Amino acid sequence: MIPGQAFFILAIILFVLGVVAFFVKRDLLTQFMAVEVMLNAGNLAFLALAKASGRAEAQVIVFFVLTVAAAEAVVGMAIVLHVFRRKKTVRTEDASELKG
Amino acid sequence: MAESFWLIPLIPALSALGLALFGTKISRKWISTQACLAVLFSFVLSLAAFIHLLRTPSGSPPLTKVLLPWISSGSFSAPLAFSFDALAAVMCLVVTGVGLLIHIYSIGYMADDRSYARYFAQLNLFTFFMLVLVLASNIVLMFVGWEGVGLCSYLLIGFWFERPTAAKAGMKAFVVNRVGDAGFILGILFLVLAVGSPDFARINASAAGGALGPGLVTLVAILLFVGAVGKSAQIPLYVWLPDAMEGPTPVSALIHAATMVTAGVYMVVRLNGLYSASPVAGSVVAVGGAVTAVFAATMALVQTDIKKVLAYSTISQIGYMFIGCGVGAYAAGMFHLATHAFFKSLLFLAAGSVIHALSGEQDVRRMGGLRKYLPRTFPVFLAGALAISGIPLLSGFFSKDAILTSAFANGHYAVWGLGLAGVVLTAFYMFRLVFLIFYGEERLSPEARHHIHESPRVMTTPLIVLAALSVFAGYIGLPAVVGHKADLFGRFLEPVARAAAEPVSAAIEWNLILLSTVAAVGGLFIAYLFYIRQPAVPGRLAARLPRLYKLLVGKYYVDEFYDAVIVRPAVRGSKLVYGHFDLKIIDGALDGSATAADAAGRGFSRLQTGLIKDYALAFFLGVIFFIGFVLLLKT
Repeated sequence: MIPGQAFFILAIILFVLGVVAFFVKRDLLTQFMAVEVMLNAGNLAFLALAKASGRAEAQVIVFFVLTVAAAEAVVGMAIVLHVFRRKKTVRTEDASELKG
Repeated sequence: MAESFWLIPLIPALSALGLALFGTKISRKWISTQACLAVLFSFVLSLAAFIHLLRTPSGSPPLTKVLLPWISSGSFSAPLAFSFDALAAVMCLVVTGVGLLIHIYSIGYMADDRSYARYFAQLNLFTFFMLVLVLASNIVLMFVGWEGVGLCSYLLIGFWFERPTAAKAGMKAFVVNRVGDAGFILGILFLVLAVGSPDFARINASAAGGALGPGLVTLVAILLFVGAVGKSAQIPLYVWLPDAMEGPTPVSALIHAATMVTAGVYMVVRLNGLYSASPVAGSVVAVGGAVTAVFAATMALVQTDIKKVLAYSTISQIGYMFIGCGVGAYAAGMFHLATHAFFKSLLFLAAGSVIHALSGEQDVRRMGGLRKYLPRTFPVFLAGALAISGIPLLSGFFSKDAILTSAFANGHYAVWGLGLAGVVLTAFYMFRLVFLIFYGEERLSPEARHHIHESPRVMTTPLIVLAALSVFAGYIGLPAVVGHKADLFGRFLEPVARAAAEPVSAAIEWNLILLSTVAAVGGLFIAYLFYIRQPAVPGRLAARLPRLYKLLVGKYYVDEFYDAVIVRPAVRGSKLVYGHFDLKIIDGALDGSATAADAAGRGFSRLQTGLIKDYALAFFLGVIFFIGFVLLLKT
């Protein structure tokens, strides 16, 4: 039997990995994946909570997050695709037209 | 039909609106037809309401129509309400009747003008405001009409605004009237504060009942009279009226002779309860009128512009109306207002016909001997001149005599004396004009001579109607010696304006009539001597009294005085304020705030790096900060 805290620790590790990857990596696609990792770390934390408290609400939220993540993936990929078509690159430094 | 009297002002308003909106799209014929028909409808309605008024027994309340509640605050309320009593009836008939004739005359006079629709739209708009002024049942609504006619006067004086003198004259009229209106507004405020209601009936009742203190009544009456002085061009605010002659001649006839400039007189008569309650204010009105009557007449003696002579004459004649109001003979003042509307608009329109015939010539020194060229204009001009001079049995004689007799009967002997002197001057300057224009040798410029022609029927027909009115209108107000019942006009106005004049014995009255007749005929005879028998005399007289002559020609240098004392210091002060306050403080504050906003924008825009990572970092730090904050709160 795996103790409940282990899930939390894993979730935290995954989340930190996502954050670090987001800031370290320079191309949109990888950053996008880092965001997915963070989302799923969150999901894992919710599931751990659901297991610890024995209540179902947290599991429902996970389904919400999954749905939102799917929608986000669609929009995000579309943006990445367009950036690539315009600039022939997906490096975030190259898309900085909104500089003040 | 009488119940729909409230439509009287609204019909010209609708027509003006239509002409203003669609004037450029419809034919000239339709424009003038519509404008004239609108005034004709108003005239017919006025006539119907007038007949209704004659049939109702005196003492019954006047026709009143509340259109809308307008200003209502606490116990104060000023509704949009019209009421049609004897006084309003006289004014409505004069405004729509004379107005109609002048509209018709304008068809011919303005036939070649580019801005035909604008002219008729403004003329109709003027008619609307003038009718609002006379029909208003409270002083606040009256003020709307009062300012509205001022606006139309400004627009129509500056009708030919391409001419700088016309634009300036319009502005002068507007600004000078502001001075009077300042007094008028103060008067309204004091009145409303004291009475608690702007309604004319309530104001007159409380003033007559002594509900207001004598000091307050005098203050209010004099403040309102200041407004009347501005609008009716009396000393010291008359200077705008001679300049107003820059407008088209029918406008001078309608606005600056027959109707608008007499609004001050109408106002005093409308508030006769107030003026009767204050002998001081009454004396101010009477003396002001008498001094103006003589003062303006002396300036008319030497003017060479035909319209300027008539303008000074108008100022002088309005002075007579104020004499009547000041001595308590309100009906006599109104009577002179009505007859003056006939003969002065006749004189203006006939003068316009002369000017039209001479292709725009206005200087009497380049006229003369026009009798045979203008066979229709000459007799009507002569009729007008005879009427205004007070030659017996014509309208001006009866109305002026009623005023002078009342002044004498109420013990204002100085006012009466000035009025009598004014009669001599009036007869003199009018016949100077007649003789210079129609008699003597021809002094025409060759060009004017070449084009000379009598005016078309559409212009001369209104002249003939007005001439008939000028000659016969006097018989509705015969003097008391003929019998008390003979003064139909005075008896008609009795419910609104009680006759305050004390009766004088028949012998005295006959003598007064004789004296004013002698004065009028004397003035006429002097003019005859000067300009027909001995044409060299005026020149020699001017050479003999060079100072007096220059003073009169220079119009007593009042304009120059105002220019030096008021206009130029005001302009200099404005320039100073403009340079120091407007440019430096106001513009500086405005520029400063713009510069500050700009600098702030530049500074903060540095935060927008355009790099997703920076935004994400800010977001991340924000979330950490927020979580930390919440945790901190919990512990």
